[in-house]
Amino acid sequence: MSVAILRQGDYLIASIQSDLSDSEVMDFRQELTELVGKHRARGIVIDVAALDVIDSFVARSLRSIVLSAKLRGAETVIVGIQPDVAIAMVHFRLNLQPLRVALDLDEARALLDSSTRGDVGDGG
Amino acid sequence: MEDEVRVRIDGDADLVSARAEARAMAERLGFPRPDPTLIATAISEIARNIVVHVGCGEIVLTPFKEDDRCGLVVIAHDDGPGIRNVEAALRDAYTGRSGLGLGLPGARRLMDEFDVTSDADNGTTVTMKKWRRRDELEFRREQRGRGDE
Repeated sequence: MSVAILRQGDYLIASIQSDLSDSEVMDFRQELTELVGKHRARGIVIDVAALDVIDSFVARSLRSIVLSAKLRGAETVIVGIQPDVAIAMVHFRLNLQPLRVALDLDEARALLDSSTRGDVGDGG
Repeated sequence: MEDEVRVRIDGDADLVSARAEARAMAERLGFPRPDPTLIATAISEIARNIVVHVGCGEIVLTPFKEDDRCGLVVIAHDDGPGIRNVEAALRDAYTGRSGLGLGLPGARRLMDEFDVTSDADNGTTVTMKKWRRRDELEFRREQRGRGDE
């Protein structure tokens, strides 16, 4: 499996392990969207540090994953975009709206904690 | 000077090897960061056009060298029906029949030179170049090397 999806409390942590083919990206979207319901996840972190290239297809797929997950009730944060990949995306003018990004896992969890706290009602 | 690398494109899994080959060659040729990533991204986009719109084709990566600079040429070719309006496809707002655009304007911005020829008889050929400036030191070192021979 090229993406490891772990459950941590209310969150799903999806770590992409290597460069993905287009069909692997589509499989990943399907699996993640199903797991959101299965685990009643409130938040998702997708770690893309293993991706050397984020081209228009991958960017569109990430947006579609985020929107599908949102319709299933989960917020998503993308972490680990490599510096060179970030520069390439700017040159390419890839539009990442409405993606939320964080530098690392801790920051992503903090973002999710603050945005899902109101919904779960435990106040942290 | 190293030889060309040919990558056969028959399906979406071949994009993974096209990206890897492009990055490896760019790094071997001494391109500074982030150029290997820019080149790999442009190639990924062009290779996907082949997979989505035609089904199969080929990408050839060739190093080249001139006096004060060297670089990498990428030639992507397919025998498909061609792009009806190349000028339009190179504009940012253009979207082909899939409604997703061909990614050509984006790929063009990642490379230094970019050319598309396309017609129904010969298919589509995309030629892209990325230059690497060679610094003075490298140039002199090479000249000295030549003198010693």
